[in-house]
Amino acid sequence: MKKSLFNKDIIFWGLFVVVFGSVPFLKQSDYHLMLANSILIWGMFAVAFNMLFGVTGMLSFGQALYYGLGAYSVGLVVKNYGPSLFLPAIGLGVVLAVITSILVGLLVIRLSGVYFTVLTLAFGQLAWQITFRWYHFTGGDDGIQGIMPSGVLENHTVYYYFTFVLVILAIWFLRRVANSPMGLVLRCIRQNPERVRFLGRRVRRNQLRIYVISSFFAALAGGLMTGVTNSIHPDMFYWTTSGEVILMAVLGGIGQFFGPFIGATVIIIIQDVVGARTEYWSLIIGLIMMVMVLGMPRGLVGEIRGLKARFAPGRMSRG
Amino acid sequence: MDISFIAMQFLSGLMMATLLFLVASGLTLIFGVGNVFNFAHGSFYMLGAYLAYQAVSVWHANFWLSVLVASVGAGIFGMLAEFLFLRRIYGRAEEGGFQILLTYSFILVIDDLVKLVWGTEYKSLPRPTGLTGTAEIFGLSIPSYNLAIIGIGLVIVVIAWLVLSRTRSGRIARAAALDREMLGSLGINVPLTMTVVFGIATAMGGFAGALAAPLRSVSPGAGIEVIIDSLIVVVIGGMGNFWGAWLGALILGEVNSFAVATFPEWASLFSYLVMVLTLIFKPEGIFASRKIRRI
Repeated sequence: MKKSLFNKDIIFWGLFVVVFGSVPFLKQSDYHLMLANSILIWGMFAVAFNMLFGVTGMLSFGQALYYGLGAYSVGLVVKNYGPSLFLPAIGLGVVLAVITSILVGLLVIRLSGVYFTVLTLAFGQLAWQITFRWYHFTGGDDGIQGIMPSGVLENHTVYYYFTFVLVILAIWFLRRVANSPMGLVLRCIRQNPERVRFLGRRVRRNQLRIYVISSFFAALAGGLMTGVTNSIHPDMFYWTTSGEVILMAVLGGIGQFFGPFIGATVIIIIQDVVGARTEYWSLIIGLIMMVMVLGMPRGLVGEIRGLKARFAPGRMSRG
Repeated sequence: MDISFIAMQFLSGLMMATLLFLVASGLTLIFGVGNVFNFAHGSFYMLGAYLAYQAVSVWHANFWLSVLVASVGAGIFGMLAEFLFLRRIYGRAEEGGFQILLTYSFILVIDDLVKLVWGTEYKSLPRPTGLTGTAEIFGLSIPSYNLAIIGIGLVIVVIAWLVLSRTRSGRIARAAALDREMLGSLGINVPLTMTVVFGIATAMGGFAGALAAPLRSVSPGAGIEVIIDSLIVVVIGGMGNFWGAWLGALILGEVNSFAVATFPEWASLFSYLVMVLTLIFKPEGIFASRKIRRI
């Protein structure tokens, strides 16, 4: 069992490196590069989010708070102090996200289930309100445009490989966490928190840890995204951003480690194909969400795995 | 800050509290009875406002008739949503998360359907005839429509409380909150009860939306603003608690009203402040009716 899991990992990583590594050679325009870059960043965001929802069972509706924090740190630093500070600004965003997530986390993990979701949503919306109203500092509704990284990162291909390496490191790290003893404790927390406490493990501390880790990568995603779109906007803090990352995780499959990455890929491609033609984007994602929740709760990856297990030779009797 | 200013703000806060209570009590009713968290409750409020607009502006109906149309319409939509979709995920593993996701998809779909039907521009309704002026109370002139809302709200609170605590249907609803299986074996149609409760709650949301339409203009996306406010209300009051929702609405309404008058720009942040303070000192809500599983 362990060996086959290992093999599946190798296949995924191999495919991942070959497909995303070859994009700069196969692209027909910079637009394709931007699309692939968005998939990488959102994929990382979704996998990190799923450490909270799929693994630990904490449905946060406020990860946009950290995504926006990462993006606005970069945007405001670059706007006020020049593009040479692009990389330190990403670091600043991540540090701010860790501090904020510890403070907010201590409040929100006091409650569980629906309450947790609602509180994370409220804190996210609070951040959005502040960004939206604090016009002379954040630029309000206009956002900030023309945020460029400096030096070698100015080159789109270099920037692409830069994020590519960071995303690989991030996903490798999250995979390690998921398979570590802590990951096991997190899974137990989802299923039966009381028992975890009986076993002498601290539920709240582990919940806080994973909340901070997940927020760290959300901020990293926000910071990296500014280098792709070159602009920031208060909508990055808005609840729909949190909703989008949730949809990616659910579409791919919350029970699968790599599921959310697949979900992010599918959503960004659909957004690219359909979003350009219709203004009723939220109707489409609403219908996707409805179909997934009602018909395919295990997500695309989970359902395909289920089908494979069902039709695997010698297992027909189980069907 | 003289006494008449305080009285004015207090009354305006009371009016806000009444509207908040009408929405939040529906939310808390579904949660208390059905253990369903309806994230899309604000969307039914919005639907109510748009239906009232449709009835007044397009069908030229009387205002109060339009409020009735809006409540019934939102209730029917709510029952359909429960019957067609929500019912399918009851009892599923990790139901809570999926409820939120499913009702979240309702928000997205209703938002865009509203855009399809009524467009994206802001809509507003005139106040009903006879309530356009102001009333004089103790030398203060107060918009009579605001007073009417406060009065209607009080009547609804009393009726809802009487129905829940004194009638057979109210007892069935409260029993469903405690033990659905036992209720079923006593010969009560539990699925029907759930659908009806959902319909009543969403109708209350639509009712509040229709009443609020002459005061605030309606636009798509109003649903999410309303749901966050009513969530703060139920967090303050304790979820699933009728009187808690009332107290929560009163606190939030008054805080909002005084904040708008003193710090207009940052008023919306005060609601969150109240919520954060509640969480720090009494995370289960002021009126917690049952012990929340704190983990």
